[in-house]
Amino acid sequence: MARKIEAIIREEALDPVKDALHEIGIVGMNVFEIRGHGRQGGIELAWRGTSYRMDLIPKIQINIVLSEENVEKTIEAIVKAARTGNQGDGIIFVYPVEDIVRIRTGERGHKAIMYPDDIDERKGR
Amino acid sequence: MRGRRIGRFLVPIMALALLFTVTGSASAQAAGPTNTELATATNILWMLLAGFLVFFMQAGFALVETGFTRTKNVAHTMMMNMMVFCIGAVGYWLVGFAFQFGGINFPFPAAGSAGEFSFSPTTLGDISGHLDKWILRIGQVGLLGGDGFLLTGLRDSAGLLAFFFFQMVFMDTAATIPTGAMAERLKFSGFCIMGLWVSMVVYPLVGGWVWGGGWLANLGRTLGLGNGAVDFAGSGVVHMVGGTVALVGAIVIGPRIGRFNRDGSANAMPGHNLPMGILGTIILFFGWFGFNPGSSLAFTGGGMSLAVNAAVNTLIAGAVGGVVAMMVMWIFGPTKKPDPGLSVNGILAGLVAITSPCAFVDSISAAVIGLVAGVIVCLATFLLERLRIDDPVGAVPVHFCNGLWGVLSVGLFADGNAASAGWNGVAGPVTGLLHGGGTQILAQVLEASSVILVVGGLTLAFFKVLNALGLLRSDPRHELMGLDMPEMGASGYNSVDVHMLGGHLVPQTPHVRAGGR
Repeated sequence: MARKIEAIIREEALDPVKDALHEIGIVGMNVFEIRGHGRQGGIELAWRGTSYRMDLIPKIQINIVLSEENVEKTIEAIVKAARTGNQGDGIIFVYPVEDIVRIRTGERGHKAIMYPDDIDERKGR
Repeated sequence: MRGRRIGRFLVPIMALALLFTVTGSASAQAAGPTNTELATATNILWMLLAGFLVFFMQAGFALVETGFTRTKNVAHTMMMNMMVFCIGAVGYWLVGFAFQFGGINFPFPAAGSAGEFSFSPTTLGDISGHLDKWILRIGQVGLLGGDGFLLTGLRDSAGLLAFFFFQMVFMDTAATIPTGAMAERLKFSGFCIMGLWVSMVVYPLVGGWVWGGGWLANLGRTLGLGNGAVDFAGSGVVHMVGGTVALVGAIVIGPRIGRFNRDGSANAMPGHNLPMGILGTIILFFGWFGFNPGSSLAFTGGGMSLAVNAAVNTLIAGAVGGVVAMMVMWIFGPTKKPDPGLSVNGILAGLVAITSPCAFVDSISAAVIGLVAGVIVCLATFLLERLRIDDPVGAVPVHFCNGLWGVLSVGLFADGNAASAGWNGVAGPVTGLLHGGGTQILAQVLEASSVILVVGGLTLAFFKVLNALGLLRSDPRHELMGLDMPEMGASGYNSVDVHMLGGHLVPQTPHVRAGGR
């Protein structure tokens, strides 16, 4: 069964997380610029002397689709790279994935997310 | 090949050398330009160069106002700042210049100690026979000039054409100030009429009273009030006039939807591009070095001293204004941070305040004037918000409040600079209260109150009429969606996203009316 990891992280954590993922062989990913807040609820800013609450803070969301057996290792890599210990480090969601289709070849399921030198191929070596 | 190339340079160099020899020997025979001609040429050149710098301030205003407003109104705000120049130039050329300066060369009969006197800019060559008519005049009290419409008769007077150029770009500075205070809700058609209103009516009227030899300039000769109203580069004539129109406009048009809550508390509406605002401020600062020093109208004789003093004091007051506003916000602001938006306003506040006194004070006074300006701009920003007057860019705290402070500060700090002797036909130099000049402050108070009462009163009526005709405030639906699409029929920022969300990458006949109604 394939899984989707949806990791919401600090903007400045994107490069470290991306490097950490490449290191363990996660090749495919989608990155979004998003806005939102969690428990922290936003930050206090001011414009020409009037303060306001920016409750939708810019964040980065990384989506990765991968095999179930690689989920723990990947989460570990993301947490290690994205964690500062302060509020606003982010959150990770994991979802089941029904099916996958690679548009170019028509491959389905796990085959559609196989890349040369990815996390699975490295395990096979 | 090489030799030919060198030859190509040699010929013009030799020609140039020959030219120098010829002109050199010609002046030795006393047939070259006289000292007076050279002085006049220097002054006119200075006038033009300073005018070019002032023109560039338009870019600064456009960037500050647009940076301080929201993404959905950028095309509208930018268009106002560009078109106010074009509209204003036409209005000022048609009648504005004639109303303001048409009587500057009128020889007033003896009054006070100075005898027969005109206010003409003698540094720019002989202007006899030009600009010597008042449409409205009561004795020594000139009210409305009446010569120079469409620049007729001035074709061969280089000095006066340069003078027109310089005064035209000044007028435009006043005309562009209100667009900031009424941004994001001012109907474009109403804005166009306002551009004519400022360039053809209120600015020339009051500007003529102070700079065109009108009754305020004449207060020294007629009533013995110091040197009459003294406003070196226009804290009053330019900034207070623009600021008054801005204040009245902001009141009549009302706040933007959502700016204030029912309980009176305010919501911040952050501008969309702070770097734009800061770049604009630096451009304005740069342009101010033409605005203030250029107002000496001369670079020879006393003009040089006035111009250099003005340049140094402008630098100091602008810098101090910025530092003080930044510190005030850093210590007392809601987030205790060096607020960039108010630092921008603080620099501009210092510049506006020093505009009147820049040639008449020393650098310590300039620093004090800038310091007070930096405090005033912060306090006025909070006061406006308390009064529920919405001024998106801070035009009123900067131009109205500090224009007022600048006009009054001449009457306090002017230190009797020898180069200012004879100003407005009064023998002595411009001297403020702190340096023993008792009555100068009264002339300054009269100038400031005239601007507030006359410009404020006339403009209040003008905006009320515009409002009644439905030309002032844009449709609330348009305001909420942003004025770019419905009013301009164009969006300011066309990213790829717009194509992907809205339609086609290949050009097609638009099947939806601009504005999406």
